[in-house]
Amino acid sequence: MKREIGSGPPVTALENIHLSFGGLRALQDVSVAVQPRERLAIIGPNGAGKSSLFNIISGIYTASSGVVRHKGEERPSRMKPYEVARLGIARTFQNIALFPGMSALDNIMTGRNSLMRRGILSEALQLGWARRQEIEHRRRAEEIIDFLEIPSVRRTPVGELPYGMQKRVELGRALAAEPELLLLDEPMAGMNLEEKEDMCRFILDVNEIQGTTLILVEHDMGVVMDISDRVAVFDYGRKIADAAPDDVRRDQTVIDAYLGTAHEH
Amino acid sequence: MAGKPAANTFPRLLRANAEHLGDRPAYREKEFGIWQTWTWSEVAEEVRHLALGLRSLGLDRGDRFAIIGDNRPHLYWSFTAGQAVGAIPVPCYQDSVAEEIAYVCEHAGVRIAVVEDQEQVDKLIEVRDRLPELRAIVYTDPRGLERYDEVEGLVELAAVSEAGKGLHGRDPEDYEREVARGRPTDVAAILYTSGTTGRPKGVLLTHANLIEPARRAVKFDRLTHSDEVLAYLPMAWVGDFVFSIAQCHIAGFCVNCPESPETVLTDLREIGPTYYFAPPRIFENMLTSLMVRMENAALVKRRLFSYFLGVARRVGCDILDGKRVNPLQRLQYAVGNLLIYAPLRDVLGLGRIRVAYTAGEAIGPDVFRFFRSLGINLKQLYGQTEASVYVTIQADAEARADTVGATFPGVEVRIQDQEVQFRGDGVFQGYYRDDDATAKSMTEDGFVRTGDAGYFDEAGHLRIVDRAKDVGALTDGTLFAPKFIENKLKFHPWIREAVAFGHERDMACCMINIDLEAVGDWAERRGIAYSGYTDLARQTEVYELVRDAIREVNADLAEDPALRGSQLRRFLVLHKELDADDGELTRTRKVRRTVIGQNYGELVEALYAGRDSCRVAAEVTFEDGRRGTIEADVQIWDVDEAAPVAAAA
Repeated sequence: MKREIGSGPPVTALENIHLSFGGLRALQDVSVAVQPRERLAIIGPNGAGKSSLFNIISGIYTASSGVVRHKGEERPSRMKPYEVARLGIARTFQNIALFPGMSALDNIMTGRNSLMRRGILSEALQLGWARRQEIEHRRRAEEIIDFLEIPSVRRTPVGELPYGMQKRVELGRALAAEPELLLLDEPMAGMNLEEKEDMCRFILDVNEIQGTTLILVEHDMGVVMDISDRVAVFDYGRKIADAAPDDVRRDQTVIDAYLGTAHEH
Repeated sequence: MAGKPAANTFPRLLRANAEHLGDRPAYREKEFGIWQTWTWSEVAEEVRHLALGLRSLGLDRGDRFAIIGDNRPHLYWSFTAGQAVGAIPVPCYQDSVAEEIAYVCEHAGVRIAVVEDQEQVDKLIEVRDRLPELRAIVYTDPRGLERYDEVEGLVELAAVSEAGKGLHGRDPEDYEREVARGRPTDVAAILYTSGTTGRPKGVLLTHANLIEPARRAVKFDRLTHSDEVLAYLPMAWVGDFVFSIAQCHIAGFCVNCPESPETVLTDLREIGPTYYFAPPRIFENMLTSLMVRMENAALVKRRLFSYFLGVARRVGCDILDGKRVNPLQRLQYAVGNLLIYAPLRDVLGLGRIRVAYTAGEAIGPDVFRFFRSLGINLKQLYGQTEASVYVTIQADAEARADTVGATFPGVEVRIQDQEVQFRGDGVFQGYYRDDDATAKSMTEDGFVRTGDAGYFDEAGHLRIVDRAKDVGALTDGTLFAPKFIENKLKFHPWIREAVAFGHERDMACCMINIDLEAVGDWAERRGIAYSGYTDLARQTEVYELVRDAIREVNADLAEDPALRGSQLRRFLVLHKELDADDGELTRTRKVRRTVIGQNYGELVEALYAGRDSCRVAAEVTFEDGRRGTIEADVQIWDVDEAAPVAAAA
């Protein structure tokens, strides 16, 4: 199966974005775009502006200046979470943001929220239509549970799950929204090798089978170089490189800023 | 039933069930969180389509085909489907590495492999150049196989079934003609035994071999179509064949397939089987984790639990056996049942059990009595693949921890030179392509040698002591029964595996694997820090724990005049867990003493050289096939012998 990266308008494009918090310049003149079905990695040292970039795309921050486009159309940089969800954008967080007292299944079901169309009344009375809809959402959630190989923890409150499992559940919740664009904020952080391998496989499957566009922030260079089509490197709020993994690896500015001296493992 | 052919092959049994039990559930599987049910008539239809579909892939009469995967309805149906067109199923252990699967498939010359998923497909692709006769790989779960376009002969089971459906539409009598050609004397399966020594051997069993004893067992325990079982043990094991296929087809009960190996405990609770089989270690694990959880429970709960457990220990087994028990104790037990036993049975998923069996290894007397005293009708049987399971069996009121029951109906059992031998209609046809081994396994008068040493007690119940070839002697001539000693050690909750040495040595010594869960919890509660198995295993406190357990075993051995001399004098705790991937255990978790003796030769020598420690490096194989080494200093401790039991005073 061959995956083709779309050539039309980018799913999301940031053009000349500036973002400041008081005197602190988090992003300076950043332009970055991701094509349909592409896998874009964002790397850079701490405080380089990676998470700020995510927060612009997911509508949490208001850009000081610059343009944000969704499939070619200009959109406001700041949007309500449900509006962003309706654009087909979902994300996971650097620090897991699940409901710890709820089961894995219920957490994943919350990801379906933006896709549910119903009234309080029909829901409360379990009217036929609401019921059918509930069944359909549950079925989708179960498909995700199956896909992520977590049926054994379906009913377990996520607060009791090991960290790697919680990361999986969080990915599940993001997938439940059936996003076109998935933002992954350090999906491998704190995982052991085996968990990382599993996570890579899930991420690649989401991208290759479902055609979901991916932007991921990640510190594990092995993972980044292995799975991304393109790597954008940030340093002090500026984008200092944006190229294929092999080119980035050889880029002297990148080596100086982030990778350190090149050496073979 | 006049005029109809007898239901004497599996496809005919299936047809009979479709006629008589059409709408009753036959198989269930949990998919997407919901139990999906197939009725007998639906199964008959699925099997019919699959049979014609497999034949169209080139599966002919007499051909062998492999079945590899977790317990899945579609895999069970492919057994019957293949049998219907005269082919012979060869189930393989699903957790075998590619090399082991290659051996079995090559030896059996399989034409088609029906497998569960990508994991199994990958193994077959890896060894495909050694399997020139393999024409097609049929898989049930397409997940992850989207990128396998270029693999030749790879086809989804649904497509095979669809093709068969088309064939059936064109010639509706085709399938019945195939079934009519089957004979009860045809080979119904080749089951490869995981054997503790050497290469696995393919046991040839006919329809009649499998059906007749299974029919008697159904009658023995009065199994009916309303029973429920959970199919979670490997499909390649004869027991699963007999319970989940033979008896399921004979009694017409429903076989439930767990969602995944990790969810078995949840699934067990949800299904609440009425008929259950588990090897001793599963009951041991249940008891261990239960005790660990109780130790962490609140004081009131703990008090209640231990009080009523005492009541159960005193009268539970007698009540289950229908013996006379005084009314006050009966009342206490009834209260205990309400407060503790019934909820406990339910938590364990054993709330609806009518009949449960354990076999394969000796079960700890405490474990066995614990489950029986809770009102669970746990019994033992003794069997072999070569016997289509049944050799001896315990009747309801005759369950004992230290016997394996009386001779099974229709079987003859005798003891010759300590060895247990049997014959009957379940006896296998021979080992596939291995006449030497077949000849060696049979006596001239047609009895099968089990290789187990045992004797009948005064009540006519068989007691198994050890593998006949393992029974050895110390240099002073004292009888040395290593498995007997190992089992005594393993009955101790801290000890997971034990390997005893002593044959042609001047004393008996042993190597121990501690139980990581039990000892780990014990250590945590005492604030003993450890980083993993290897670290925990070398702690002095843990050695003391193990030494105390060995002392108890020595005291036990001292009571038996024949075994008194084989008390354990020295021991060590191994720095790594014995593992089937390293060839140290069989897939059914029996220790391979010779392999261990070789792998840890240095340690064995150190035990006998009187050294107090030994530095070792062990090679380990990780689940993904990579190899690595673990290095450690292993301490060796002495144990004192128990004083000889004083002559009756």
